[in-house]
Amino acid sequence: MDLTLSDEQRLLRESVDRFVTETFTAEHRKRSANEPLGFSPAIWKQFAGLGWLALPIGEAHGGLGGGAIEIGILMEAFGRGLVTEPYLSTVVIGAALVGACGTGAQKQAILPDVAEGALTLAFAHSERAARFDLGHVETTATRSADGWRLNGNKTAVLDGAAAKQIIVSARIVNANGASGKLCLFLVPADAPGLRVRDYARLGGGRGCNLDLNDVALPADALLGDGSDALPAIEAVVDRAMAALGAEAVGIMQTLLDTTLEYTRIRKQFGRPLSANQVIRHRLADMAMQVDEGRSMALRAALMADAEPVARSRAASGAKAKIGKCARFVAEQSVQLHGAMGVTEELDIGSYFKRLLAFETLFGGSAHHYRRHAALSGRLQA
Amino acid sequence: MDLTFNAQERAFEQEVRDFLAANLTPELKRATALTPSVFSDPDIGMAWQRALHRKGWGAPGWPVDHGGPDWTPAQRWIFEAECARAGVPNVNVMGVKMVGPVIIGFGSPEQKNFYLPRILSGEDYWCQGYSEPGSGSDLSSLKTRAVRDGDDYIINGTKIWTTHAHHANRMFALVRTNESERQQDGISFILIDMKTPGITTRPILTIGGDHEVNQVFFDDVRVPVANRVGEEGKGWTYGKYLLEFERGSGIASAKLRDALKTIADLAGSDVTGRAIDDPDIALRMSEVEVDIDALEMTELRVLSALQTGQNPGAVSSLIKLRVSEIRQAVTRLGVDVIGNDGLAVEPARPFYRLNHEPAVSEELLPVVPEYLNGRAYTIFGGSSEIQRDIIAKMVLGL
Repeated sequence: MDLTLSDEQRLLRESVDRFVTETFTAEHRKRSANEPLGFSPAIWKQFAGLGWLALPIGEAHGGLGGGAIEIGILMEAFGRGLVTEPYLSTVVIGAALVGACGTGAQKQAILPDVAEGALTLAFAHSERAARFDLGHVETTATRSADGWRLNGNKTAVLDGAAAKQIIVSARIVNANGASGKLCLFLVPADAPGLRVRDYARLGGGRGCNLDLNDVALPADALLGDGSDALPAIEAVVDRAMAALGAEAVGIMQTLLDTTLEYTRIRKQFGRPLSANQVIRHRLADMAMQVDEGRSMALRAALMADAEPVARSRAASGAKAKIGKCARFVAEQSVQLHGAMGVTEELDIGSYFKRLLAFETLFGGSAHHYRRHAALSGRLQA
Repeated sequence: MDLTFNAQERAFEQEVRDFLAANLTPELKRATALTPSVFSDPDIGMAWQRALHRKGWGAPGWPVDHGGPDWTPAQRWIFEAECARAGVPNVNVMGVKMVGPVIIGFGSPEQKNFYLPRILSGEDYWCQGYSEPGSGSDLSSLKTRAVRDGDDYIINGTKIWTTHAHHANRMFALVRTNESERQQDGISFILIDMKTPGITTRPILTIGGDHEVNQVFFDDVRVPVANRVGEEGKGWTYGKYLLEFERGSGIASAKLRDALKTIADLAGSDVTGRAIDDPDIALRMSEVEVDIDALEMTELRVLSALQTGQNPGAVSSLIKLRVSEIRQAVTRLGVDVIGNDGLAVEPARPFYRLNHEPAVSEELLPVVPEYLNGRAYTIFGGSSEIQRDIIAKMVLGL
């Protein structure tokens, strides 16, 4: 039992903290809001140079073989800087799906490029009718003479417009027309029939909806050997939720620090806001929820390689709990900043919106308490 | 980073399990499960303390010289977790965890030699004389006076919320020996024999119907000056030390998990008509379990810091607040789980020694009293409002 950081982990934290503080300033955020891709390709190259893109990729494919704890260290710092580079889409989700499902050739073709910063990925999975049910996919993949044809619509594809390859989930249509296994396909960004409806994402970065209209793919676009991909999707999304949880902790900590500072400086009725007990107690509650969030994100990361039920319970528990804490901390930060908190003139609004996006991604607290209860055998799934 | 214990720690875990299997009798377990107050009655609690003492585990937090087992923080964690899972009696903490460390830290050699072995063996049973009717959260405003008369103090005043004063043969108390400008000055820490003439005890029933706390009156009570711990007027420092000691040794998540399991078992059984089939109950159970997960992780972070010689820092002061709130959430869930059977009031005590057939299945009896008595969790030991004041000041630096 040891929850202290190793020397390598401490160095990683110091380096990412420094980089984020120096690079991701409020000025930078204003500039990057106008970046067509939603992030700076030059900074992405720096991420590669620092080894962060290679971090969780296996050593056989040019990676460093790091784990969920290291990802959490990066993501917490990314949260503090409201980083919009597609780390989650490309490294935490995309590379992990390729690593979990891909054939040897696919891994060799993709993972070293990701590690070097030459390739960004996106994961197109969510569909409107699915809500947050990972197993609900209506997009179809039909076998053709020389490969596959994909049809369907995807929502909330993070960083889709920037990705050179999009990993799309679809259900195989069997020869008899019945729907079969859930599989993943590598879809090039310029595939005919693929329409990317790009948008500015709440809280920073870009997202998109995808329309797949008879998108023709070669046979080897199928990721892996055609076995059902749901277990891998669940494992990767659980990891993504742990990573997002760490990012949310970074955001919450920044909101708390900023709000603390503001209540010390802002004077009303001849004394600082922070002299009022009602304000002090609110801040104490915020601090407590940031700390609970920190514990849950760490727990989800430590359980990322546990057996599936334990892993998913930890991930859903973290998503649900951190979501609840995030809502409280975000709303109270705005409240304690008074009218200024509701303007675009302060930075806290950006942090607030990023937390709102965090809450929604992969399902909110209500969804994850339900998933936790179902996994615990208390509730019908 | 990892959450697993090493081979030595696993071996220790097995030793604890073996000890529990051999010593925790069904009678002790049943009595504990059917006790809706904070502490077990002395016959149950002290039976367990004696079993622990025989094994050399009577005072896990004490230094080896005074009979402590010299455990690492991880061993303490394992011990507490296994004990909670097994459902051991809730031994009144006033001796081993409260007055013991103060005597060890500040007592005279005579006091150490006399009192410490009697605490370990369970021969002495202690209560705490801190709160007064006029001094709750503002403890240092206390007014019970000790006036020097030769080799004695003469004590007059009253203490309240005195847990198990009606069972205890000794009390440690904060009394005012001097009027000074700062109300924290002039307080002394004194050990009182409860059989001393002039002491009377009035029972106070808590809203669950249990007699656990009392008011204690002192009318010209003579206590030898030799019973004062440390210097005159330094009692507040010692009292605060005690509170810090108590805070650092808290491992509460395992007990909360056990309490939730009790409620979950009831919810899954026909005794409650399978309350768990109500999705609202199922979801709230997950919500509370996740809160316990977060608390456990926070406790583990503190433990890990202690183990590597680091100061856990401010985190530990957040724990009391969450423990008390989660405890209340568990007891509240219990009330909702048993539904209509919560309407049946059983006034007799203890539940594990009733002379009649209760109106409802016996495992349901403590549920409502636990909820009712449990409202005190956010009040005693520094109310939640005081805790938030402390967090604002000590954690946030406001």
